[in-house]
Amino acid sequence: MKFTEEHEWLRPEDDVIVVGITEHATTQLGDIVFVELPEVGTTVAKDDEAVVIESVKAASDIMAPIDGEIVAVNEALADNPGLANEDATGDGWFFKIKPSDPSQMDDYMDEAAYNDMIA
Amino acid sequence: MSDLLYTPLHDLHVERGAKMVPFAGYAMPVHYKLGVMKEHQHTRAKAGLFDVSHMGQVKVTGDGAAAALEQLIPVDIIGLAENRQRYGFFTNDHGGIMDDLMLANRGDHIFVVVNAACKDTDIAHMKAYLEPDVTVTPVPDRALLALQGPAAETVLSTLNAAAADMAFMDVATLDLNGAECWVSRSGYTGEDGYEISVLNDQAVGLAQALLAHDDVEPIGLGARDSLRLEGGLCLYGHDIDTGTTPIQAALTWAIQKVRRAGGDRAGGFPGADAIFSEMAEGVSRKRVGFLPDGRAPMREGVAIFADAESDVQIGNITSGGFGPTVGGPVAMGYLATAHASPGTTVYGELRGKRLPLNVTKMPFTPANFKR
Repeated sequence: MKFTEEHEWLRPEDDVIVVGITEHATTQLGDIVFVELPEVGTTVAKDDEAVVIESVKAASDIMAPIDGEIVAVNEALADNPGLANEDATGDGWFFKIKPSDPSQMDDYMDEAAYNDMIA
Repeated sequence: MSDLLYTPLHDLHVERGAKMVPFAGYAMPVHYKLGVMKEHQHTRAKAGLFDVSHMGQVKVTGDGAAAALEQLIPVDIIGLAENRQRYGFFTNDHGGIMDDLMLANRGDHIFVVVNAACKDTDIAHMKAYLEPDVTVTPVPDRALLALQGPAAETVLSTLNAAAADMAFMDVATLDLNGAECWVSRSGYTGEDGYEISVLNDQAVGLAQALLAHDDVEPIGLGARDSLRLEGGLCLYGHDIDTGTTPIQAALTWAIQKVRRAGGDRAGGFPGADAIFSEMAEGVSRKRVGFLPDGRAPMREGVAIFADAESDVQIGNITSGGFGPTVGGPVAMGYLATAHASPGTTVYGELRGKRLPLNVTKMPFTPANFKR
């Protein structure tokens, strides 16, 4: 699993990358009450706005961490956005992206480096 | 946050795990360990303790204090019975709202509680217009706590049984935990509860005595905001300001008949002509509630349109967010009067998309006051 400075996690799964935000991020955001996900089939470039999340405090944008095509989104978040708080790195995932350049993953931190960053 | 003021409860907030943020010049708790959502729900289910010591407490003393204040506030203050409180506001020459406030008749003085961000202006305003006929005395040596929620009566009664005898908007001086407290049965959450003025050096002891009760949790400003929003209550500087009149703000109820056109003490406050003209002829816009379709919160600043295509803006949201008790987004704001009837569907523009908003009456959650 890899991590971005924007507190996203990226987990390779077969030929796609599953993306979500870290428990550290969801703790900072507070209770998440709404998640707006991209449409399946959308092509995104790294740093494009991909997801809008609203917590009880504020709205935040989540950027696409890599170039690629959105191949799945977590529909369960529509009815239960709190999943992102309850299980940030599991059931609270946001979308799956098919990378056009898998080497972009190399830019990101491993778990130890991420934990150092938030420590 | 070194240049921020601290309330007497600051160390207690930090001990209880509060996230402190700057608010109106003070370091204030936005939430504690429970988080905004659970703090909100706890207050509606049991009781929450809020530190509102940043607010301004002011005594107005002297013969004719009530009459003097009526020169600045379009409310029946002379007719306010001893040990009773009522809501009001300072108006400016255009009928705009300078601040909203609470007024209590405490026998030998009128006790005024004003918003933190406005308190210096309010105090200067009262001194400039009312002294030397009456004396305006800020009370910075007192903290202000709010105990809110259905369990508030039971909890406060453990410290003084007389708390249970108070009705909504009654005020009394009560001994609580050895401290002489100025108590009102009121608050700003839509729940039953009390606001308690206590000397700074006795505030921590009283807060700890209240927090020792199983039903009481400390609650931050985050939940205070979602509670008052569900209660349909205005936040000064957002839902009301110097550019909104009480009539536009749907606060006409707070201007008693005796101060209205034709009343025995009609007018005599700043902006009376503008306010009376709006009362007689109607307003071009007014404050209403909105229930957005779907789950996306619509917050302050969202522009409102009559339909999905129109370029003509008809209003805007002034407060909005997720209502934990409603279980969905809630908002309030201003709409052109022609579109402001409950049941009308209008459209808010969120991130470039027009999403339906249903105009609705407020409060969003029924008030739970002990009348």
